[in-house]
Amino acid sequence: MPEEGVKLFGTWVSPFSRRIEVALKLKGVQYEYIEEDLTNKSPALLHYNPVNKQIPVLVHNGKPVAESFVIMEYIDETWKHNPILPADPYERAMARFWAKYIDEKFWPAARKIVVAKGEEQKGEIDEIQQQMKNLEGELKEKKFFGGESLGFLDIAANIIIWLVVAQEALGMDQILNEEKLPVLYGWLQRLLDDAVFKECVPPKDRHLDLFKVKFGSSIASK
Amino acid sequence: MADEIMLLDWWSSMFGMRVRIALVEKGLKYESREEDLNNKSPLLLEMNPVHTKIPVLIHNGKPICESPIIVEYIDEVWKDKSPLLPTDPYQRAHARFWADYIDNKIFQLGGKIWTRKGEDQEAAKKELMECLKILEGELGEKPFFGGENFGFVDVSLVTFSCWFYAYESFGNFSIEAECPKLIAWTKRCLQKSSVSSSLPDPLKIHDFVVQLRKKFGIE
Repeated sequence: MPEEGVKLFGTWVSPFSRRIEVALKLKGVQYEYIEEDLTNKSPALLHYNPVNKQIPVLVHNGKPVAESFVIMEYIDETWKHNPILPADPYERAMARFWAKYIDEKFWPAARKIVVAKGEEQKGEIDEIQQQMKNLEGELKEKKFFGGESLGFLDIAANIIIWLVVAQEALGMDQILNEEKLPVLYGWLQRLLDDAVFKECVPPKDRHLDLFKVKFGSSIASK
Repeated sequence: MADEIMLLDWWSSMFGMRVRIALVEKGLKYESREEDLNNKSPLLLEMNPVHTKIPVLIHNGKPICESPIIVEYIDEVWKDKSPLLPTDPYQRAHARFWADYIDNKIFQLGGKIWTRKGEDQEAAKKELMECLKILEGELGEKPFFGGENFGFVDVSLVTFSCWFYAYESFGNFSIEAECPKLIAWTKRCLQKSSVSSSLPDPLKIHDFVVQLRKKFGIE
């Protein structure tokens, strides 16, 4: 009998699998969620994503889709109501550009910050501040990057929360603070307050505890 | 009102070549501007302030950057001719996945082959061949990655083919020996005028790499 329905392989802490949960919930799509242990990947995950062996993977009626932006575009094209990408090709290109920017520039810098020290860490902090200013230029006066409601870039940018929690776990001053980055800071508060997004954010304490353990050696050697 | 299309480009860039192919596939007239990457023009800095890189497509004064995003944009705006992405969402996802795979692997690995030596170079060669074999497997018996028709994945990968000779020379290996079907596919693609008019001569690329190696002091 052919497989039916929607499954999502993810992890509770991954901002990448969170993107998919948000997209599915915004569309009201029912799905089965499978929590993966990345130190012991399931045969199912390896079967559905043999090339990259990563989460998230969406399986729709037995057919797998991998890579978070590829999955998001698939979701938007398959369930056409509540679109997450705009209709205009130029605006779509802009959303895709900034989403790619976040993954290619912000994410590597964010991961470095939590392990770097001294001057190197300061350099990464300056870099991220500039990146966030660039994102503010894209957001401007809008409520969300997607306008009145969450769009592709808002969902992609949820990864910023990873850094916010990591910085809190490390006792660092927040790069994303109201004084220096008021526009993006305001966006983050609205994101965290959004009815759908709220359902997808892990409990803060659990998130903090994990990061304290994960980055704990960084604190010890400071 | 006629569309004004300009492409900020650099002759040896596999990424610029992708946009050239897409524009020709759609039968579009455009102005091409060759950038001097050691002395970037004010226009490039204005149109791509974030990355200051080519290619940049400027359509009626508005810039679009990053080659896969530019190619999708072209495909969406001029959708009535030579579609590069299929219409079915699952097949589109499949094509985007493989284009993303190509972007994550081939450029870095190929670059290591002509810039590194010894173990680093050997490791890059091995990994490149593994990736090309995986891609050859994905191609299978199809004439193109897009099936019967040349498509998005074909555009993404074929532009590396003019760099293969340089990789093979400096890495001392043969891609055709291990991936004959992939090389046959590159030859099939080169029969299309959009591809043959957009890719420079592999010998010219090779000579360019010789110059770069001198410049960077790689013997």
